[in-house]
Amino acid sequence: MATATYVEEQRSTDKTALITGSEAIAVACKLADVDVITAYPIRPYDTVMQYICKLVANGEMDCEYIVAEGEHSQFEIVKHASACGARVFCGSSGVGWMYAMEALTVTPALRIPMVAMVGNRALDDPGAFGVEHNDALTVRDLGWQLVWVDSAQEALDTALIAYRVSEDRRIFLPCAISCDGAFLTHSQALVKVPSQEKVNEFLPRYNRADLLLHPDNPITVAPQGNEDWVMEIRRQNYAAMERSSLVLKEAYADFERIFGRSYGNPFFEEYETEDADIVLMGMGTLSTPVKVAIRQMRKEGKRVGFVRMRWFRPFAAAELAKSLGRFKAVGVIDRDYSFGSPYMSGVVATEVRTALYCAPGPKPPVLGFIAGLGGREVTVPDVEKVANSVGRAFLLVGKN
Amino acid sequence: MGRLYAIEVIYRGIFQKQLATRITRSIVLAAHEEGKLGISFGRYGDSPERNGIPAKGFAIVADDQLTLEEGMAKYEPKEVDVTIAVDDTLCKGVESWAWYGLQPVNKLLKPGGTLLVTSREQPETILQMAHRKETPYNLAILKGTVSFSGLWVYKDDHTDVRILGAIAKILPGLFTLKSVQKTIVDQWNDSVKAESAARAYERISSVAVQPDQGNPETPYKFNFPKWHEMGEGIAIPSIPAGKAIKDPTTHESGGFRPDRNPTFKKYTTRTMRPVVNFDTCIKCTLCWLQCPDSCFDVTPEGLYDANMQACCGCGVCEAVCPVKDCVTMVNETAFEDNASQWEAWRKDKKGYEAWLADKIKSRPERSHGFRYRGQYEEQVPEMLEVARKG
Repeated sequence: MATATYVEEQRSTDKTALITGSEAIAVACKLADVDVITAYPIRPYDTVMQYICKLVANGEMDCEYIVAEGEHSQFEIVKHASACGARVFCGSSGVGWMYAMEALTVTPALRIPMVAMVGNRALDDPGAFGVEHNDALTVRDLGWQLVWVDSAQEALDTALIAYRVSEDRRIFLPCAISCDGAFLTHSQALVKVPSQEKVNEFLPRYNRADLLLHPDNPITVAPQGNEDWVMEIRRQNYAAMERSSLVLKEAYADFERIFGRSYGNPFFEEYETEDADIVLMGMGTLSTPVKVAIRQMRKEGKRVGFVRMRWFRPFAAAELAKSLGRFKAVGVIDRDYSFGSPYMSGVVATEVRTALYCAPGPKPPVLGFIAGLGGREVTVPDVEKVANSVGRAFLLVGKN
Repeated sequence: MGRLYAIEVIYRGIFQKQLATRITRSIVLAAHEEGKLGISFGRYGDSPERNGIPAKGFAIVADDQLTLEEGMAKYEPKEVDVTIAVDDTLCKGVESWAWYGLQPVNKLLKPGGTLLVTSREQPETILQMAHRKETPYNLAILKGTVSFSGLWVYKDDHTDVRILGAIAKILPGLFTLKSVQKTIVDQWNDSVKAESAARAYERISSVAVQPDQGNPETPYKFNFPKWHEMGEGIAIPSIPAGKAIKDPTTHESGGFRPDRNPTFKKYTTRTMRPVVNFDTCIKCTLCWLQCPDSCFDVTPEGLYDANMQACCGCGVCEAVCPVKDCVTMVNETAFEDNASQWEAWRKDKKGYEAWLADKIKSRPERSHGFRYRGQYEEQVPEMLEVARKG
């Protein structure tokens, strides 16, 4: 399950807890000493707000905990709190995230750091609550840093990294951590909880500096601007997102140094790729059936590997294209849909093709698959079917 | 390639929006009578308009579709054949919401083009206001009271049709008077309006303006920062708190002058300004309280001095002043500078008294906006009379 490899002995101060992915993020909020948290119930995100309010009620966590009257207010409140220098947390799922859309739009435009958890959920209708990635992907163009995790441990660790990167003065952009509904939000796993001292060493206080909204620093935030200004403002956000890749790398390196846990390449995880002919790609918890299927296929002599996208924004296009150039074909499994898109592909497949198209090296063909919508299980045989389809399509693998 | 014509209408936001639209639309329709093609549009950057803020509308006309596309490939014309200023105080310059800085009223005119102004003033008064231009151009004055209405209405005082008649004379290649009259009758079925257009056509005349004529001031310019020079987060520093004022005679400090926006002045947003009789002021504070633009500086002795950096000329101060003849609104064309009235009064009270009397007496008040039901109907006959006399 765990993707982290241990580069040194765990320090004795770490404790092991049996918690869900949502609860792991709640624990990260406690360790990060978050100042303002807003909540509004929607499944499966509500698992995080429940755990946080328990921590607050037990006196383990000291923060403003505000239950808003809807997701739009929920995100507006933390946006303003962050502008005033507070470390903030919030989150939502599915159509709740969509209801907050206007607030989600202005948050990165105003360069407001924020960490949000998206408990990925199918958009209505029908009113399903299983996982789909379309909710978080709706903000992919707006300046949100987007990351998908596949284990409770990674959820906790990534939340700490997200605070560090979001609140870095060079970035000041919000970050949404996507956790697959049910598979991650509602499954308890053994998680190493780091000590407060290590977290304090890793995570400096949020300093809004010259952008602090405070009577001692009188500024106007978000004035009306005509067309003379908007291009420049958008260009600044491009630059911030560009810097995010660099700051993420710094943060992961520091994380490894302080916590003794390494994630390798921060942007994507590779599994059994060294000698692979074809690789499958995907985001989130489908990594588990994919890895199991790959182990089985390898026993049959099929050289199949897996690349799990972690950070979708910023998108590590050059690095990914360089890596994928080693393979003969790529099959992308999207847990999302994009009706009418090029070649009817999902969002990830389309972006992977774009990354390859502009890359200087070899460009393997990319076949897109849609699977696991609405929380449907992606089974090991499903994955084998996908791999075989890729193989057949490009005459790489046997006849089955 | 055929001939391309560009005409701009500079107008006061809200008060003249309908007037400007009627002019630019009718230009295109009249030219179309003669087989030409065209488009009429308002500059989007001016929206949302605010009371009195200078704004622009354009009419682009061409002999054929390809030429028209050449004209439409620009967001707005870079040079025009005719600039129409439907309020003479706009000749002080155009500070729009669409850009930063002050644009001279004649900036877009081609060499030899015509600035057409509706005004009761003489060319000398207009040229005191309009900035100097490197190339010669013509100034034509359409005699008449400046037409102000509301956002949705036009006063129908014939300003629109008279301008159309004048254009037929100024730019004969664009359209004939006959086409103008046909467009007028087609749109409004009113032969009296067609007559007004003909009268303007007959009477309009222009004077040549040379590069050494006009207001010698350098217009205020604004330099844009590059994206990497700008502060991030769409945050701007607030305007600092103000400070005390120094009395020009005693050199003592007192009172309060708020600091004001360093990059947006309202020098050209006014059609009238308040003049204050400091001797009759009872220091009731009402003008200071009610001014929507916080334009009043508080003097050391507790009087209120309308600061022309911030005054929009709305007239609220005059309306709320309980003293007869203390605050009086005067036509902006009467003023050549934006100096402090209070300082002039402190330095020379007799001189100021004479100056004040002259301003109030010699310059008619002008009004804009809608004050009561039936107001426009009352104004129209008088305005038509002025127009007929020319």
